[in-house]
Parts: sequence; C-alpha cells; structure tokens
Amino acid sequence: MTNTNLEKYEVKETEGVFREDSFKVVGAKKESQDTIARPHVGILKESWLRLTKNKGAVVSLVIISLLVLLALLGPYMNEYTYEQTDYDKAFQEPNGEHWFGTDKFGRDQWTRIWEGTRISLYIALLASVLDLAIGVIYGSISALVGGKVDNIMQRIIEVLVGIPNLILIILLIMLMKPGIFTITVAMVITGWVNMARLVRSQVFKLKSQEFILASRALGASNGRLIKEHFIPNTLGLIIVNMMFTIPSAIFTEAFLSFIGLGLQEPLASLGVLINDGFEGMRNNFYLLLYPTLVIVGLMICFNLLADGLRDALDPKMRK
Amino acid sequence: MEPLLEVKDLYVSFHTQAGVVKAVRGVNFTVNKGETLAIVGESGSGKSVTSKAIMQLLPDHSASYDSGKILFDGQNILEISDKKMESIRGSDIAMVFQDPMTALNPTMTIGKQVAESVMRHEKISKKAALQRAIEILDLVGIPEPATRVNQYPHQFSGGMRQRVVIAIAIACNPRLLIADEPTTALDVTIQAQILDLLKEIQRKTGTSIILITHDLGVVANMADKVAVMYAGKIVEEGTVEEVFEQSEHPYTWGLLKSIPNLEANEQLYSIPGTPPDLLSPPVGDAFAARNEFAMAIDYEVQPPMFAVSKTHTAATWLLHEKAPDLSTVIQSTERELERTKRRDRKDFAKTDSIIQVHKLKKHFHMSGNSYLKAVDGVSFDIRKGETLGLVGESGCGKSTTGRTIMRLYEPTGGEVYFNGKPIHGDLKKQDENRIRQKMQMIFQDPYASLDPRKKVIDSVAEGIDIHKLAASVKDRRDIVQNLLEIVGLNKGFMNRYPHEFSGGQRQRIGIARALAVNPDVIIADEPISALDVSIQAQVVNLLKDLQHEQDLTYLFIAHDISMVKYISDRIGVMYLGNLVELAPTDELSKEPLHPYTQALLSAVPTPNPKIERGRERIILTGDLPNPMNPPTGCRFRTRCPYAMEKCKETPIWKEAKPNHFVACHLIE
Repeated sequence: MTNTNLEKYEVKETEGVFREDSFKVVGAKKESQDTIARPHVGILKESWLRLTKNKGAVVSLVIISLLVLLALLGPYMNEYTYEQTDYDKAFQEPNGEHWFGTDKFGRDQWTRIWEGTRISLYIALLASVLDLAIGVIYGSISALVGGKVDNIMQRIIEVLVGIPNLILIILLIMLMKPGIFTITVAMVITGWVNMARLVRSQVFKLKSQEFILASRALGASNGRLIKEHFIPNTLGLIIVNMMFTIPSAIFTEAFLSFIGLGLQEPLASLGVLINDGFEGMRNNFYLLLYPTLVIVGLMICFNLLADGLRDALDPKMRK
Repeated sequence: MEPLLEVKDLYVSFHTQAGVVKAVRGVNFTVNKGETLAIVGESGSGKSVTSKAIMQLLPDHSASYDSGKILFDGQNILEISDKKMESIRGSDIAMVFQDPMTALNPTMTIGKQVAESVMRHEKISKKAALQRAIEILDLVGIPEPATRVNQYPHQFSGGMRQRVVIAIAIACNPRLLIADEPTTALDVTIQAQILDLLKEIQRKTGTSIILITHDLGVVANMADKVAVMYAGKIVEEGTVEEVFEQSEHPYTWGLLKSIPNLEANEQLYSIPGTPPDLLSPPVGDAFAARNEFAMAIDYEVQPPMFAVSKTHTAATWLLHEKAPDLSTVIQSTERELERTKRRDRKDFAKTDSIIQVHKLKKHFHMSGNSYLKAVDGVSFDIRKGETLGLVGESGCGKSTTGRTIMRLYEPTGGEVYFNGKPIHGDLKKQDENRIRQKMQMIFQDPYASLDPRKKVIDSVAEGIDIHKLAASVKDRRDIVQNLLEIVGLNKGFMNRYPHEFSGGQRQRIGIARALAVNPDVIIADEPISALDVSIQAQVVNLLKDLQHEQDLTYLFIAHDISMVKYISDRIGVMYLGNLVELAPTDELSKEPLHPYTQALLSAVPTPNPKIERGRERIILTGDLPNPMNPPTGCRFRTRCPYAMEKCKETPIWKEAKPNHFVACHLIE
C-alpha cells in the first residue's frame, strides 16, 4: 500500500475540511452494526394505523356503524310499526310526521326502511357466521388432512358450486314458502364454499413453508401448529374475504326479494321496498330513493372497508 | 480502445411509500468495444438498477434519473425518445436475465420467440427469420435446433432455457450484452457451460458484455475489468488482476477475504454489520461503519475516486497522502486472527458415529403411477462432533435426505439410527420427543423460516414451550436472551417481528431457535445460499464457533462446494438420489475418484484470475436427466465422459481407500 504516485481526482472541494486528526484510524462503528433501521410497531397496531390512513375505509366504517345503529333504533323512533296501514295517508311525501313519507297503503317508510336494513344486516351476519363456522373449518380440515379426504371434500364443493344459486332457491321454494328461512337455507348450502376454497389453498401454502417445517422439527403437535401458526397466518385472509362476502350476500337477498322470490309483503326488506318504489317511480320518487340509498351505502361501504382491510392486513404491504 | 458505453455521474432514486431510496449515487464507468466489464456487489448495492437504467427498463412511475448521462455510442440514452430507445433495445443493447424460467413466454414456441426478436430489428420474411433462429440456436449449442424450434419452453431444461434466452439476446448482433446474474439460478456444471458459451459468443461476434454478479469466481473467470459497487456507488474499479491482487478499498479486501480459500483452514474473514439503508445514506463513506480501518474523515466526507494506476481507481481516503500506512496494522491483526482462530481439521475416522443412515429411500408419489425417487438407497454415517457436507446439484435429493433423517418425511425404505437406536418408522411419543430435542434443523430461506406473525422471543422459544424447558416466564425470557447473545444479536430485539430484520439476522434467529433445545446434531439445509457473500462468512463462522463451544455435529447441505469444503470434515456427493462418493474433505478435493465429483469440482470458478485463465475445465455435456425417469445402472452414465458398456449395471458402493467410499465401475 504505497501512497506515493497518486494523482488527485476531483478533490478540490474537500481541501478545507481536513482537520489534524482526520486521518486517524478510528475503526468500525460497533453500535451501528447492531441496530435495525425500522421503528418498532406491533402488527395489530400497525394494521390499525394503516387502516385509519385509508380515508375511504374510515368513512365506510363510520357509515356502517351509523346504519347499524339506525337499524337497531330506527323502528322505535316513532309510533308506527312496519305493517301498520293508514289509507288516509297513502303516498305522503316526506314530512315532519313521516320522515321518509308513506307508501301506497300509508305505511311509514322510515320504519319500513330500517326494518329492511335489519334483514340485510341479519343476512350479513348469517353470511359471516356461515363463512366462519362452515367455510373455515371445512377448508382447514380439507387441507390439513389432505390426500383422499381432501379429494372427496373438494368434489363435494365442486358439485355445490356447479348449481346456480337462483335454481337452488327456486327448487327450495317448491318445497317451502318463499321467505327469509328459505334464503337462510340456501345460504347454508352454498354460501361458504368460497371461503372454504380460500382457506384450503392458504393452509396448503403454509403447510410447506419452512417455519411450519421448523415447528414440526421442534416436535410441535398438530394442535399447536393450528393454534400457533395456521390460525394467526390465515386470520387476515379470513377477515378480508368475509368482508367481501357480506355485500354480495346482502345484494343476493335484495335481488331475490326484488324479483319476488325472497321476503313477501307486508314484511319489509330493502329488495321489497325497492320493488315497491320502482312501481311508483314516476310519481313518488322518494319511495325508490331512500331504500336505494341505504342499500348502495351498505354495498359500497362494506366493499371499501374490505378493500382497506386487505391492504392493512396484508403482511406484504409492511415496509 | 474505443469506448462503446460511458456512464457519467449517474444518480437514480426510487420514490417509495417509505421515502426516497437513493439506489444509485454517482456512478461512472466506461465499457470499451469487445471487452467484458463485471459489476460486483451485494444485493441492494445498485448494480441491477444501473443495468436497467442503461436499458431504460426502470418503472417510469417510481424511478427518477436525478442527474448524469448514459452515453451509448456518443448518444445520451436518457434524452432520446421512447421510440428510438425501442430500436436500440434489442438490436444494439440486449439483456440476459437471471431466471430462465420466467424470461421466456410459455405459450410461444422457442423458434417464434427467437425469430420475433430477429424480425423486430431486421426487415426479413418470417421464413427467413425462422431460418436465422435455427442458426442462432445452433450457435448457442441447442442440439437439433431444426426440430426444437417448434417446441415450447416447458420442454426445455433450465440450462437449455438460459441458452435460448441468450439466443434471443444475441439474435440481432447487439453491440452490448448486459447479463444480469446470468448463472445464479443454474447449477455449477450448467453454469460452466453458460459462461463458456458467453465467452465464445464474444469471441465470434466481438460484442461487449456487462456482467452483473455477486460471485467473484465468475468475475475472475469472465471479466476484463471489474467495478465493485457498494451502497449505490462504485468503490473500486480496475482490470481484473488489479482488483483481485492489488485491491485498495477495504470493502474489496473484505469481499475477497470472506470467500473460503481452498488451501488454508483458518477462520473466514467476515465483514461485520449489514449494508446501510439507502433511504438515508450515511454522510461520509457509506462503508465506514463496517470498516475496521475507518478514519475520522470517513464518517464526515465522501471520499473521491483516487487513481492508483491508469486503469485502477478506488474511492477510499486511505489513498490520500496524509493517510497512515496500514500495512503494519493489517499484518498484526491478521496474525492475531490466525493465532486465535486457527483450528485443524480433526481426524474423525475413529470416532463413534452418532447417526447411521442405511439404504434410505424416499419416493414421492406423483400423478398416476409415477414415483419421484428423490432419495434412492443412500447409506452413510455421521460421526460425533464432525461436520458432514452433502453436495449436489438441484434435484439430487440432498435436502430430502436431510428432511427424511429429521423425520419431516416418512422414509419409503431403509433405516436411520441415532446413537444406535432406530429412529425411523413408528415411535412412541416419548421417544419421538427425545429425538426432536437431540436433532435440529436450520433452513434455507431466512424469510420463509420464521413465522411473520410471531415476535422473535416466541419464535426462538418455540422449542422451549413444546418441550417445557422453562420453569417460568422469566426463565423463558432469560434463556432466549442468552441464546440471542450466543448468536450475536442484541437481546433488545426480542420483541421485534421478523420483517424488521435483514436476511443474515433472521438466519441467526433461526439458529437460535434450533439451539434452544440443546441439540446434539444440527441439520443445516442450505443455510447460507440465500445470503450475500459477506453475510455468508458471518453465518459460517458462527456455525463453526458454536460447533466448537457446544460440541455439535452438523450435516451441512449445500450446493456451494467451496463453502462446503471450508466447513466440512467429510463430504458426500449426491447425484440423482444416489450418493456417489464420500471422503474426507482434503482427500476429496485432491483426489476425487468419481467422474461426477471431478466435474463438479472443476466447474466451480475460483476467485483468482490467474488460476481461472490457465485452467482446463471438465465441462459436462447435457443436462441433469429427469429424476422421474433416471437412467438405469449408473445414473451418471448419460453425462459421464468415461461411460462404458458396464455402466448399465448399477455400481456397488465400496471403500476404495480407507474412509473413501465411491460408487463407480472405473474404480476396482
């Protein structure tokens, strides 16, 4: 290492900065080797922070809470019930007495709309419970046991997926009366298959991951693997997928009621109300407007929230 | 010599969610006509970004060229229109990508893909282009190109696909070929073929090559000039001899020293720490914090490029006239290193074996009636306290062997004994637990081997929890703290999540997890192949120290033969599910008996340009046969240069010399 015969190469701007001890060997910086650059934040907290950064998701969360609250309290906020008719007051525009007006039989729209929202929320709850109770368990058993059991379980799912929803409901109506019970039965039969498939593929992916192998090499039992590794690592996916199932379930119910295969008058459901409003659309637009706003609000908000949750819970998004 | 490409003071940054990443920070280099420039550096050093900038392949929305020029043939690439660039890309500058599995379009025939590249830049008919494609495929060594042009990528092996990728790149006689890690995804014997091919193409067509790689052996083999990159800057540049023999930058010293030297047996040098975060690059020399010779000035001012000779420059203040002469300092520290760490290879010939593997078989059931015979009758023993290396190319069954011994797979046949007791087949829960404590495993991928949802303390303590080794929560904490210290991590990291750590740090956490149950044997499955060179040395040193302190026995599985040679006392070589040779390390390196071992050893490029230039390689022809349907008899006979009629019979596993086992008909 000779320091002679060196040519200087663009050093001019640095001449002023040399001090006497500038060229003393001080060695590597020990502490800097040991630190990690990223600040420490817990997983849940970080997910929450990222969710709250997403404006759409936050607004959706507020609107959904509001709608839930109104669905619970709305029908009790005035003296009318959803089936109480008053032929003198048919087709009233929204006013101080009937906040959302009245329909062709003089029934209070406010009460009917929140009754209908209750039905939609019941369907949302049902969809999530089915996803969790049947979908998740079915999917994980299929993946964890594997082999022949998996094969048979997947064939069953394929058969279920193969039957269109509408046909299934029409078949069920031949046996039972149309109504909320029939829709519930239809959803019990097919509502969970998507979740089951997703959970299955996720567990399959996890099964071959090295951290699962490491855990098995340490002697972990199946129960421990499920509790400690599989559930925490699929939870995000389950929540997100559930949030996406909810709006489509709500819409299915509304659609069926709209075409007359779901709930029947005088029961109120958003689909029934929209059908009603649709008939009187030209003269009494308010009858169509409010239930439509509620269902659109529910659908958009659940979708936006699901979207926000997906970004917030995805470990790949963690920087 | 005429310059073809000049990169002048190039700055590139990326706008990410977390902030602006300054990926390339003032890069200068020149590539002359017909020469090969190698750019070396660790992951994140900016070498790939530089090459993509030359190709203008960086994503428009996030990457920005902050300043600088890229002059190709005198024309600034950063200023010309997209349309013009399209015509330069491919016909003047072409690129060979790292992964041949994803670089080809799976729905298009090989011939069409090559012909398309020809037609884009030359106005010739489809028929003529296809004819030209056949010629090019012949040039890159694809057998029977006229029939193979009609095949699809999935009908080609990895090495053959990389040849096709090269064929597409050279289809229009580019004047500059950028090869971004062209052999990293390939096995060594295939790597040797591809490197030879690149050299031959350069000889025939006179193209310039920019070779981007992290493998110094490949550099020594291929390059005329070398540029060493660190943290977005070129820290040293010169001819290959200058950089390898008279390097001036401490980072280059570190890189060169962290590769195991085949003859010496002392402790590997490892560069401490990890590369800086380019979100906020350090003020002075980016390498200062990891440099044991760093001077005060290094932490304050970025060093300029000092010229050492006409062709050799280095950016380090050590070359300033006021800098102290380090030769005395270096010698004394090196001597100290040697004194404390020098360790002789013990002779384990007479030690008892701790694990005996007898005719182990593991067949995987594939679709229909076919079986993948991943491990097909392997027998060896591991002696107490030794490191047994297991090498072989991908798909040879080395990892499966490790996992089957570890009972992660149920063996199809054969026996495994631990301290004389069988550990295969059904075991009582109690015995199973006992074995789980005595044998542990370290995994390849530091990113996949830790549960992303678990804190470090919980990951490390997993074994403690399972076997109930801790009396209380505090006890558990203390054990984990102690383990983290043993593997060289700050104990304050306990409550962090894996994603906050670098690859090397994660691998240490994985090692701590394995050590938590006080095992006697550790099966290390490619523990370093996913890490950068300087980090590899850290992990290997840690493993060696641990072996010394805790009296561990290792089964070290890897495809990197130089590392295996460095760490192992004995080495077993596997080929297509069979063990073909097993011998003490020194004997295997000096006198390999099996033709496959000979080829494997000869294929590994050494980081020494003088040796690389002069040496004759045994280059195996062809590819690894399909393991679903391996050749009968000796499985190596389809590629063996000495294959004879007798090789159709299965060779017997025999002790050719004391402690030197081989399965080959050539050895009687």
